[in-house]
Amino acid sequence: MAVISVATRYKTTVKEPGVPGVLKMNEERFVFVPNDPRSLMKLNVEFKNIKGHKFSKDGSKQALLNLTQDPEKGTGYIFEFDNFTDRNSCRDFVGRVLGKLQSVPGRPNEQSVPEKSAGAPLPEQLSAIEMERRIKLLREDSELLRLHKQFVLSGVLTESEFWATRKTLLGEDTTRMTKQRPGFKSAMLADVRPSADGRTNKVTFSLTPEIIQQIFAEKPAVHRAFLNLVPSKMSEKDFWTKYCRAEYLNRTRNAVVAAAEAAEDEELAVFLKHDDILANEARRKIRRVDPTLDMEADEGDDYIHLPDHGILRDAQKDTAETETEVSRRTLSQDLNRHAAVVLEGRALDVELGDTRTVAEALAWSKQELLSKEKSEENVNLEKQEKVARMTELEDLQAPRNPQYASLCIKDPREYFDSQQANALRALGGTEFGTNSLDLNLSKEEVYRHLKEQISEAKSRGLRNPIIRPDTALKVFSGLSQHLSSTRFQLGKNSQESALDRIPHRTKDDLMHHWTSIQELLRHFWSSYPITTAGLYNKVQRVKDAMGQIYQKLQEIKESSQSDFRHQVSLLVQPMLQALDAAFAHYDSEQQKRTAKSGAKPNGFVR
Amino acid sequence: MASAPSKLYQDDVSLVVALLDTNPFFWAAASLPFSEFLHHVIPFINSLLLLNQLNRVVLIATGTSSCGYIFDSGDGNASGNSNAVCSGIIKKLEDFVGKDSKIGKGSNGDGTRPAISSLLSGSLSLALCYIQRIFRSGTRHPQPRILCLQGSPDGPEQYVAVMNSIFSAQRLMIPIDSCIVGAQHSAFLQQASYITGGVYLKPQQLDGLFQFLAAVFATDLHSRNFLRLPKPAGVDFRASCFCHKKTIDMGYVCSVCLSIFCKYHKKCSTCGSEFNQAAPDSTIPDQKH
Repeated sequence: MAVISVATRYKTTVKEPGVPGVLKMNEERFVFVPNDPRSLMKLNVEFKNIKGHKFSKDGSKQALLNLTQDPEKGTGYIFEFDNFTDRNSCRDFVGRVLGKLQSVPGRPNEQSVPEKSAGAPLPEQLSAIEMERRIKLLREDSELLRLHKQFVLSGVLTESEFWATRKTLLGEDTTRMTKQRPGFKSAMLADVRPSADGRTNKVTFSLTPEIIQQIFAEKPAVHRAFLNLVPSKMSEKDFWTKYCRAEYLNRTRNAVVAAAEAAEDEELAVFLKHDDILANEARRKIRRVDPTLDMEADEGDDYIHLPDHGILRDAQKDTAETETEVSRRTLSQDLNRHAAVVLEGRALDVELGDTRTVAEALAWSKQELLSKEKSEENVNLEKQEKVARMTELEDLQAPRNPQYASLCIKDPREYFDSQQANALRALGGTEFGTNSLDLNLSKEEVYRHLKEQISEAKSRGLRNPIIRPDTALKVFSGLSQHLSSTRFQLGKNSQESALDRIPHRTKDDLMHHWTSIQELLRHFWSSYPITTAGLYNKVQRVKDAMGQIYQKLQEIKESSQSDFRHQVSLLVQPMLQALDAAFAHYDSEQQKRTAKSGAKPNGFVR
Repeated sequence: MASAPSKLYQDDVSLVVALLDTNPFFWAAASLPFSEFLHHVIPFINSLLLLNQLNRVVLIATGTSSCGYIFDSGDGNASGNSNAVCSGIIKKLEDFVGKDSKIGKGSNGDGTRPAISSLLSGSLSLALCYIQRIFRSGTRHPQPRILCLQGSPDGPEQYVAVMNSIFSAQRLMIPIDSCIVGAQHSAFLQQASYITGGVYLKPQQLDGLFQFLAAVFATDLHSRNFLRLPKPAGVDFRASCFCHKKTIDMGYVCSVCLSIFCKYHKKCSTCGSEFNQAAPDSTIPDQKH
C-alpha cells in the first residue's frame, strides 16, 4: 500500500496558525500526529468518510489542502504545507485514493448514503452470477479481454465504468441458457409391480414421484380421483394404498373378490372401472379425424375395444366375466396409451416434489388444451367442406372457370415520355459537340451527312498506317501516367481496401489503437460536465492514457515505410483528430475552471 | 470478372459484342468525323480477331429509332480477308442507316424535335439476347463481354430500361466496357461499368482512338486479373426521377415498384399504389445537380 507522510500543520479554519505535526496517509486512512505529544489534535480518519478535497492555487500565500467531509458546508480537515510540491503530492495521492473509493460503488443512490452514515460508500456487491457472466464474456471475446487488461488492470478505468457501457452484453447472457427438458422414460413406470415378501404375507409397492407423474399422465381417471379426494376425503397415503390394492386385485385372477370389494368401497371402485376420461378423449379424437384421409383411426382404438380380443397382462385368460365392471386392459392398450403419453411430451416444468402440486399442474395444462380444442370450430367447418369436396366426382361436375384478373399493361408513354420537353430542357440537351449548327439541321440533312461519311470511308478504304506513331506514343504515355497516379487513389472500384495493403502488424496495431481510443473517448466524453471529484479523477486518468496512445500513433505514422506512409497517415488522421478534439476540450475546461476560481476570496480551488 | 466456370472454353477466348453509336445528330457535330471513327474501329475489330483464332466479334449498331446486327464473325462465311470484313461492315452499316432513317421518318413527322439520344437500351438488350443464345448453345463458349462505343448523351427516358439491362448483365456476369467518344461523360455507362466490373474510359485524344481501344479494351477477361486498367475516380450514381426526368440526389421512392420521384405524390404513377401517409410538412432541401 502506498504511504505518504509529510510534515504539515493542521488547522480547523484557514486563519489560525495551525498545529504542527506529521500527516501520514495510506490507502485507507490518514493519521495526523502533532509534534507536541501533549496536544489533543490527533486525527485518525478513514478515507471513506472524506467526500472530496480542495486545495489552494499554486503560488498563493498558503499551500492548503482541505479534506472535506460535507461538500456543502465546507467543513473538513485543513492542512497547511510548507511548500507546494509536498502539497501537490499529497493532493494527488488523496485524489487517487478518493477516486478509487468513490468510483467503486458506481451507483446512483450514492447520494442518499451520506445522509444516513457519515458518507461511507459501500463497495459494489457483485453477485456470483454477475461475476460469472463477466468472466464468461471476457473469455469469449478476446478483443474485450485485451481492452479490459489494458485499461482496468492498469488502473485507467475501474471495473464498474468498464462494464457500465456493456450492460446489454451482460443482460443477453441469461436468455442463452435454455434448459433441455427431459421427457418421459419409455419404460412403463405406471405399471407398478409389487415386490412380494415370501415369508410374510405383505406385498410392497414403491411409488416414486416420477412414477406418480406418469400414473397421472396415463390414467386420467386416477388423476381426477386424486384431485377430488385428496386431501379432502382421505390422505395421500390412503389414496395410494387403495390404488395399490386395486392394482393388486387386478393382477390376481380373482375377479370375484375384486368385484366384491369394489361394491363395498366406492373409492376402490374408481380404480377398477373403465377409465371414462380416456374413453371420451378417444371418441373426440376419432371425430376429429378426416374421414377422407386417415384410415387408421377406427373403433379398434383405445377403450372402444372389442371384447374377446387382445392379450391380457400376465398371460391371463379372459374368463368371460362381463357382468362385472372390473375392467381388464389388454397389453396392447396399455402400451398404446403409454406411447401416446410419451409422445405428447412433458408439459410440466414443475419439480417432482409435492404430489398435489404435480396433480394440479397437470390439470391446468389439460384444461388449456381443452380450451384450445374448443376454439377449433372453424377448423371443423373447413374439414366438412373439404370432405364434401373430396367426395364429389369430378367428371360429373360442371366446368368451373377460374377467376383471374385481367392483365393491365399501362401505356409506357404515359409515365416515361411525358414532359420530355422539360427533361430535355433541364438536361441542357444542347451539349453536343463543339459545333453549334446541330440543332438547325433537319433530320434528312443529318442522315445524308452520315451516309456521306460512310461512303467516304468505303471509298477510301483502310488507312495505312492506321495510326501515327507519335499519337500512339502520346496515348501510351498518357495511359501509363494515369494508371500510376491512380495507384494510390482508392476509387470505389477497388476490390481491396487500404487496410489490406499495409503490413499486418501495422494493421493490427492500428485496429487495436482504434478500439482503445473508442473506449477511452466514450468514457472521456461521458464524464463531462465535471461535477464531482471522482469524475475529475477519471478524466485525468483517461486523458493520460489517451496521451500515451497519441504518442504511439505518432510513432507509427513516422516509422511506416515510404510505400504505405500515405495510407497509414490517412488512416491515422481521424484518430489523431478525435484525440486532439478531446484534448482541446479538456484544456478549455481547465482554463474555464481556473478562471472561475480566481473570483473566490480565500483562494480555494476545486 | 470471369464467367461461371462451367462455361469456360479456354482461358482467353473472348466474345466481344461491340455497340456502335450511329446517331446521325451526334456525328454531324462531333469533332471526330464518322469515317475517321470507322477507320479506328474496324482495324480494332480485325485485331481482336487476330488475338485468338477462336475469338468472336459481333457488331451492333445503335440508331435513333432502331438497332441492328451489323457484323458477326462467327457466321458461316469464313471472311478471313480484312478487306472483305471492312467492306462487309460498311455495306451493312449503310443499309442500316438507311433503314433507320426511314423508320425515323415514319414516327415523328416533323423535324423540330430531334431525337438526340441513341437507343442504348435497345442495343444492350440485343447484345444480351445474343450472348444468352451463345450460352444456351452448349457447354463450351468463349467468355463474353460487351463494349459500348457511345458518343450521344444519355436519354433519361431510357433510364429504367438501361438499368434493367445492366442488372441482367450483372447476373449473367458479363462485363460492360464503355469507351466514350462524345463530349461529356455518360452516367448510365459509368454505372454499367461499375456494377458489372468493366472498364470505363473517355479518351482524351480521339485521333489516337485505335491505340486506346487496343491497349485497354482488347484485353480478355482472364488477363484482367493481372493487368492494371484505368479506373475512373468516382462514379456518378444519380438516378433520374420518373416524373420530370431530372437527375436527382434525394427523392421519394415507391415502396412497391421502387420508382423514384422528386416530389411527394399521392399515388405512384408506375404501379398505381396509393400512399396513405400524410405528406411531410417540411420540404426536402433543394436537389443539387
